[in-house]
Order: sequence, then structure tokens, then C-alpha cells
Amino acid sequence: MTATSHTPGAAANDSHSGQIQYVTVFIGGQLFGLPIHKVHDVFVPESMTRVPLSAPEVAGVLNLRGRIVTAINMRRRLGLPQREGNHGIMAVGIEYRGESYGLIIDEVGEVLNLDAAGRETNPANLDPRWAEISGGVHRLSGQLMVILDVERVLGRMQGDMAA
Amino acid sequence: MDDLLREFLTETNESLDTVDVELVKFEQEPNNARILDNIFRLVHTIKGTCGFLGLPRLEALAHAAETLMGKFREGAAVTEEAVSLVLQTIDRIKGILAELEANEGEEPKGEDRDLISLLEAMSMAEAAPRKEPPKKDKKETAGTLVAQVLERELRPGEVSLDELERAFRETEVEVDIAADEPAAEEAAAPAPVGIDFARVAAEIEARMKQANPDDKQGKAKSAEDGEAEAEAKSEKGSVSSQSIRVNVETLEHLMTMVSELVLTRNQLLEIVRRHEDSEFKVPLQRLSNVTAELQEGVMKTRMQPIGNAWQKLPRIVRDLAQELNKQIELEMVGAETELDRQVLELIKDPLTHMVRNSADHGLERPEDRRKSGKTEKGTIRLAAYHEGGHIIIEIADDGRGLNLDRIKQKIVENGLAGEAELEKMSENQIYKYIFAPGFSTAAKVTSVSGRGVGMDVVRTNIETIGGTVDLKSTQGKGTTFTIKIPLTLAIVSTLIVESCGDRFAIPQLSVVELVRVQNNSEHRIERIKDTPVLRLRNKLLPLVPLAGLLKVDMSAEKSEDEGFIVVMQVGNVTFGLVVDGVFHTEEIVVKPMSKMLRHITMFSGNTILGDGSVIMIVDPNGVASAIGTAVASDALDNHADADAARGIDNDAKISMLLFRAGSPEPKAVPLSLVTRLEEFEIEKIEHSNGRDLVQYRGSLMPLVYPNYDVRRREEGTQPMLVFSDAGRSMGLVVDEIVDIVEESLDIQVGSDVPGVLGSAVIKGKATEILDIGHYLPLAFEDWFKRKEISSAALTRKLLFIDDSAFFRNMLGPVMKAAGFDVTICSSATEAMRLLGEGAAFDVIVSDIEMPVVNGFEFAEMLRRDARFRQTPIIALSALCTPASIERGRQSGFDEYVAKFDRPGLIAALKEITSADYGIAA
Repeated sequence: MTATSHTPGAAANDSHSGQIQYVTVFIGGQLFGLPIHKVHDVFVPESMTRVPLSAPEVAGVLNLRGRIVTAINMRRRLGLPQREGNHGIMAVGIEYRGESYGLIIDEVGEVLNLDAAGRETNPANLDPRWAEISGGVHRLSGQLMVILDVERVLGRMQGDMAA
Repeated sequence: MDDLLREFLTETNESLDTVDVELVKFEQEPNNARILDNIFRLVHTIKGTCGFLGLPRLEALAHAAETLMGKFREGAAVTEEAVSLVLQTIDRIKGILAELEANEGEEPKGEDRDLISLLEAMSMAEAAPRKEPPKKDKKETAGTLVAQVLERELRPGEVSLDELERAFRETEVEVDIAADEPAAEEAAAPAPVGIDFARVAAEIEARMKQANPDDKQGKAKSAEDGEAEAEAKSEKGSVSSQSIRVNVETLEHLMTMVSELVLTRNQLLEIVRRHEDSEFKVPLQRLSNVTAELQEGVMKTRMQPIGNAWQKLPRIVRDLAQELNKQIELEMVGAETELDRQVLELIKDPLTHMVRNSADHGLERPEDRRKSGKTEKGTIRLAAYHEGGHIIIEIADDGRGLNLDRIKQKIVENGLAGEAELEKMSENQIYKYIFAPGFSTAAKVTSVSGRGVGMDVVRTNIETIGGTVDLKSTQGKGTTFTIKIPLTLAIVSTLIVESCGDRFAIPQLSVVELVRVQNNSEHRIERIKDTPVLRLRNKLLPLVPLAGLLKVDMSAEKSEDEGFIVVMQVGNVTFGLVVDGVFHTEEIVVKPMSKMLRHITMFSGNTILGDGSVIMIVDPNGVASAIGTAVASDALDNHADADAARGIDNDAKISMLLFRAGSPEPKAVPLSLVTRLEEFEIEKIEHSNGRDLVQYRGSLMPLVYPNYDVRRREEGTQPMLVFSDAGRSMGLVVDEIVDIVEESLDIQVGSDVPGVLGSAVIKGKATEILDIGHYLPLAFEDWFKRKEISSAALTRKLLFIDDSAFFRNMLGPVMKAAGFDVTICSSATEAMRLLGEGAAFDVIVSDIEMPVVNGFEFAEMLRRDARFRQTPIIALSALCTPASIERGRQSGFDEYVAKFDRPGLIAALKEITSADYGIAA
């Protein structure tokens, strides 16, 4: 079930040395980066159970090695069109406030070591839905990487629910 | 802190809790040396240990208290003040102990001179010789023993309790009752009014609490009872020496691990199930058994008697009684009922709160009680028992009952509902508003309760553990709260169902039964104005498709009228959940849902099934509240009768069918009388011999028009209500069928018009209630004669008593179908209460084998009362030996029928009632 696994914390303290490791993922053709210490594992979501009445972004719940994981459809979260078919979808497992979540993405890329100084703030004209969960942008050669702020991705949703 | 001290703290705290309870008991029974000895010993032990551990402050306090109690032992009078003082001392000791624990063994600085000097003064005063005959003394000082003595003179004509008691006991032992009969007759002879059954019932129940069942004598003084209790206690004590203390966290951890083990076991079983001949099969079976046993064992370690949660209540009630100037007796039944520790912890506070509430709002002041003809001492009764997989806890008081008008006023004031809405609600629905947030009916806020933060918190606490709380209240008679909670929270048995391709788990606790519906089967889904309903045993069950509730797209090709109906009961709301399929039941370990999903009230959690997939657990409470209060509670299915008009059954709701016939004003009949609702094509209506007929189910059914104004339609279909009995049917032609409502039927204006019973308010409108008995002979003149019973038989009132729910459910409808107006009681005492309240019945059917008061005793008691000497009584028994039949005859039964002999029962009923009718005519 698990394609690759990253031990959390290994690169967590790189920020003061000026380097941050990012796990990169593709969602709807766009490159995103998640700070590696936030990522618990990467897995292929299987036999997901729909949760009626849940927020549209919630793809469902699934069993990952005995834990119940809530899967978030990142395309929907970002307001992107849904993919045709269900082939080769991947999920990034993260822990947030003691609960397990899986962010469903299209594809996992490589792990990048980036200079913290190279991070730029969100462009002012960024789609508000994106700006809400983006922690900044890195300019890479040939493309831009949007930093996914896990806290904001999930926190906002939990907050919405509580309200 | 050293181990010795820690041990001391734990033990002393436990002892002190016991002392609390014992003292309150002692205050009521000051002559019970056993209780006193017990208290004395406990305090003495505390004193001794304190001296040993070098805790002078505690020692001094305990010593002073011990001295005072020593005086009690020497025969000094036990006064309320003295007991209060000792209790106060114990509170102080508790306070010091708490600080001791916090300060790691340092005794806190402070002076207890105030208390000690009071205690000493009291001891000195008590030392003065006041050795009065204890019997009398106790009555004055500590209230009366309810079980033994009535607080007033016998009213003329009342049988003394001792007399009754003796009769009971003797009949229980001796089979030959004949010799004793005259004595009993004598006792009852001067009875012009009759026995106050309600009181007797209460007495018996109170007595049952105390009496030792083996005690044939039955006359045991309460002191002896106390002794028996004390002995039982000391036995328990010896058991406890074989136990060890285990940290609760250790147990909790163990429980979690076992839960995980159960899940893994389930998964393994599922895998093996797919491989036919696996070598794992046998060892896995073994593993499965061991796991089950382990689970049970660990569960057991978590079980505690509910009495632990009650321990503090006697003290609280006693203090409250003093503070509020009320006399309160706290009865506790079923304290040994065990439930999960976690549940126990969660239920403790709500229980305490509810008992306080009962004491504060429920019970009246002694003078008010006297005015309303009650004993000065009010009773709060706590009872716990197992029922299915739950524990039922009842908190009942015999106080003034809830004030309906006050609640209504509050509801409107707080904007919880409009007056128009209130009109449509039943009393029970209105009462439920006391559970709404910020609701308090107490006229003034007291220190005890009435701050309006109470009942909603109670309800929330109970609902979070999957329980329900319900209440019943009768003006002037008292209020009863019923809490239903699961035995344990960790593992739940669920029913796995499917709806639109998704599976869901429904906790079995709330599932009553499953019904398969198909278009052509006996059970089919019917509709009233697009609202699906199911006819289930003469009742209409509101239906809700699960898919609709969960807003899942319903696939078009699926027939809406086929599938399964999960009949669920939440509180007293019953409804049917329509699902596509039902699989199996599975024990699941509830896992909390992610915070992101927790707002969905329809689910209470999720879990991993044996096949590894995640499943959502449906929350019955959520579903019930989603359906809303629109689903009226269907309490008793009583018929319209005069009693309802007199307000005796004002709680009982019945389903009424509303229709229009001849006039725009609505008319109504009790739904239970209607066999079917039909619409016939106009062409099908034939005329013959001056009347309208239709061919219906192979025979001709005459049509009857309630009045001349009913529109005879020229085309289309004609709606009608069909009444059937013994193969004959009649169609009552109406203009339009409007609705089915649940209302308590209260006929306010009687009627002289034949065919109309009177008018009642239904859904806020004056509605004519039709007398079907008038129309049936219009269809067949011999409708009633044929059955050799008069039209009165249709409203013959029958009282049916059986302690088994199964038989109540099975035989109740049978008798109802035979044309009786059946009132069902679950115990003889309940029946006695009903009779005591003045309800009259034409015939009584009673089970024989019942706890507390059996059928023989019940019949004997009825026969002693002039009011019931002529009432026919039929015995129902599983045991039909010549001896028992003879016994039944001697007890005063007119007939003796075997429980499973339904035709026999009906025949006996008909014979008795027709004979009776003959006499009356």
C-alpha cells in the first residue's frame, strides 16, 4: 500500500541552516511542496468509504494499517476540476492535532532541498482559495512550486466545521 | 508520601463515605444497634490509625465524634442536631484528608476547637439520663419508618397494613386459603369505600425493598432488616480482602488493547472465511474463543455496582431536606446493578443533579403535601435494572408533577416555540422542553437548583454516552425520569445495513425489529400525502429512507417500495429506517470520528470492519432529532373513551384518522378501529335493495353515509373507511381523508346526536368524534347481536396485567381485536395504583406468575374490596394443573386460562361479558 515512506523529523530542523526539504506533489499539473517533517507517509488510498453529509472536500475515510484516516480531495480543496477515472492516485499522510489525514494528490515528485531565503510571498492576485492555504512560492528552474501549508489546509476546514 | 499513608488515605476516604450513608440510615433508625456499631467501629478505626500515624488534628476530631457516638450507644437520644454535628465533623475530616493528600502527608495547620467543643457539649448534654423507651423516642426524633407505620390514623374502612401484610404472607405459605378467608373478609367487612389500592401498592413496593424474601415471617422489624444488611455487608468485606487495588489507567489500557485484539481477530476471521480449507482455521477458532473470553474478563474488571454512584446521595438528600424544610425519604432499588466504570463516572453527576432537582422542585413542602392529601414525607425513588443490553435508571418522586402551564409560558418566553406550535404538541412533548438549554421553571432560583443550567446538561451528558432520558409526569402525583444507558461504551453490537451501495452500522440497542417490505407482500409502504408509512400491527409507523436522511443520491431504477425497514426506537419515538439491504450483526469498537466530521449529527463514530473497510456508525439520536418532533410519541394506544374525557388517561395518545364528510369541519375516528382506507371507482358502487354496496374481497360490502351531506361523487373514486370484523365489512363513505394525527383525545363537549360521541380539539380545531358503534348496525342490523354482545362491548374496558413484555405485546392486541378497550399494566402494583386512582374496568385479565404481588394475591385483594367483588377476573397462567386452577378459583378468579390458549381466552372473555351483560340487562 505504501509507495515510499519518509521518517518524520529527519530534516525537520533544517530551517535554521537555511535549507528546507520539501516533498513535492502534483495537483492538477501544478507543483506543490510540503515541508518534509509534516509528511508522515505516502500511500495509495484503497477502499475508501464515502461519508455522507460531510464537506465536499472530504473524499471519505479509509483504513491505513488499523488507523482511520480522513482523506481530503485536494483538487476539490483547490477548486480544480475532478480527474477522469481513479488511476494512480496517491495520498500524502499527515498528522494534524492527533488525527490522521490523507491529502489526495495526483502524483508524487522528488524531494527538493530549497533555500529558505528563496521563498517569496504569495502574489497578490493569486486565487483566494489558493492564497488561503499557500505558505509562499519558490521559483524553480522552469516552474513555480507553491508551498502547501498543512495547518491552513486542515485547520481552516476543522474551523469551518466547528462554526 | 509513604505507602502507609497513601493506604490510609484511600481506606479512610472509603470508610468515611460509608459512615455518611450509615449515619443517614442511623438517623432514621436510631435503635438499630448494628448500624451504630458499624459507625462507631469505623470512626474508632480512623481515630486509632491517626494516632498511629501521628496526625493529632484528625485524631482529636475523631475522638470527639467517637465520644458522642459512644453516648448514643449508651442510649442517649439521637437528635437531628447531633447527627448533623457528626456529619459536619466528618466533612471536616474529609477536608483535612484532602489537604493531607495535597501536602504529601503534612497535616494542615488549623484549629478544630469549634467543632470539638460543640461535640463535647453535645456529649455532656446527652450524658444526662434520657433513657426513654426507645420505641416512642425514635418516632419523635427521626421521622417514621414508612415501611411499618402510616403517618396518620386509618381512615374508616381502610384495612390496616399489618392486616394486609399478614394476609399476603399467609397466603404465600399456605396453599389452603379457605381457613384464612373469613378473617380477611372480616378485615375488609367494614369497608364502605374500599381499599386504597394506590397506597397499598406503594407500601408493598416499599416493603419489597426491605423484606428479605426468605423471611417467611415477613414481620421482621426494620432493625432486623438492618441486621441482615449488616451481615451481608460483613460478608462482602471478607470477599474484598481477596482483592487487590489496580490503577484505573492500567485497566483502561488493557481494555484498549483488548478492543484492538477483537478488531484484529475479526479481520483474521474474515480472511479465513474466504479460504475454504485453511490450516489456520482451527487455531484461529481457538484464538477467537480466547479473545472473546478475554474481552469478557476485562469488561468484568471494569464493572462496578451502580450503588457506588449513589453512595453520596443519602447524605445529599438529608442535607437538602434540612435546608428546604422538607421530609424526604430516599429509596434505592437495584444498587447492585453493575455497569461499566466509565459509564458510571459519566452518569454520576447527572444523577446527583436529578435527585437534587426532585428534592427541590419535585417534592412539595410538608404542609402542601398534607393539603393535597399526601403523607408529609415525600419519596424519591431511585431504581436501576438491566433490560436487554442497557441499564435503566429511574428517578421518581411523588411530588407535585411538572407544571404544564408554567412550562408552556417559559417556552413561549424563551422563544423556543410559538403558542400555535404548542397547541399541536402532546403534554409529553411539552415536558421535554425542560431539557432545552437555559430552561428552568423554578419560580425562584434557590441555592439547590433552578439556575437553568441543569436539565440540558443532564441530557447532553447522557446522550454523549449513547443514552436517552425520558420523563413522565402526572399533575399532583409526581414525576419519573427514565434514563437508558448502554452497559459499556467500548464495544457495541451493530447491525450492518446497506443504502445506495454504502454500508452503515446501526447500534442494535435502538433496533427493535426488521421488516421486509415488498409491493405485493403483507407489509407494504403506503403513503399519506407523500409521507411514507408502514402499517405494523395496527399501528402506523413513520418511515424515513436512510439515503434521504444522508442526502445520498437515490438511484432511479431502485423501487422505492422494496427493501428493509429497520424499526428503531429512540426514547419513546419509534420510526422505520428504510434501507436497501441488511447484512449481519457485528461487534464493533467505536472509534471517534475526525474533528472534521464530528459536526455530522447523523453519525456517532466510525470503525474498521472485519474486512478492513471503514464504516460509519449511525447515531440513532441524531436520526431521531433529524426526523424531528413531527413523529409523535406513540405511547398507549388507548381508545377513545369517557375516561379520557375525564382526564384520567390524559397522557395516553391515540392515533386519530381525520377526514371530512358532509361539512368543512373535520371529523375523526380512532385509527385503531379502522381496518383499511380504500378508494372505489364510482362505477363499482352498486345499488341494491335501496342501499349502496361494493364488491369487496369476494363479498358485498354495504356502504354507510355518515350524513346526507356527504357528496356522492359522479365520477372518479370515492374514498371510504372500511371497518371489518369477523369476516364482515362496512364502508363509511367520506369526502376526503385529511390526515392521521396522534393526539390525546379529550372529548370536551358531549353530543346527543346519534353517531357522534362529541367534540374534541384536534390539531387546534374543533373536531367531531364519530361513534362507529352507531354505524355498524346500519350496515348489518345484527352486527352486535351476532356476537352476542352489546354495542357496549365495543367500549368494554379491560385491564390486562402481565409482567412479561412478550405476552403484553402478544395478547394485548388480541383482546383489543376482540372489541375490548384494553389497558395494560406491567405489574399488580401498577394495576392497583390505577384502580386506586378510580379507574373502573368491566373485566380484569391477570397473569399469575408475577414478581412482588402474584396473580392470586392480587385477585384476593380485589375480592376483599366491595367495588371489585363483582368484576370478572380471568387468570392467565403458563401452569395449568388442577391444583393451580383450584387455587385460582379460591383466590376469586372466575376463569383460568392457559397463556398460549388464545381462542380459549377470547371464548372466556365473551362468555363472561355476555353473561354479565345478561344480568345487567
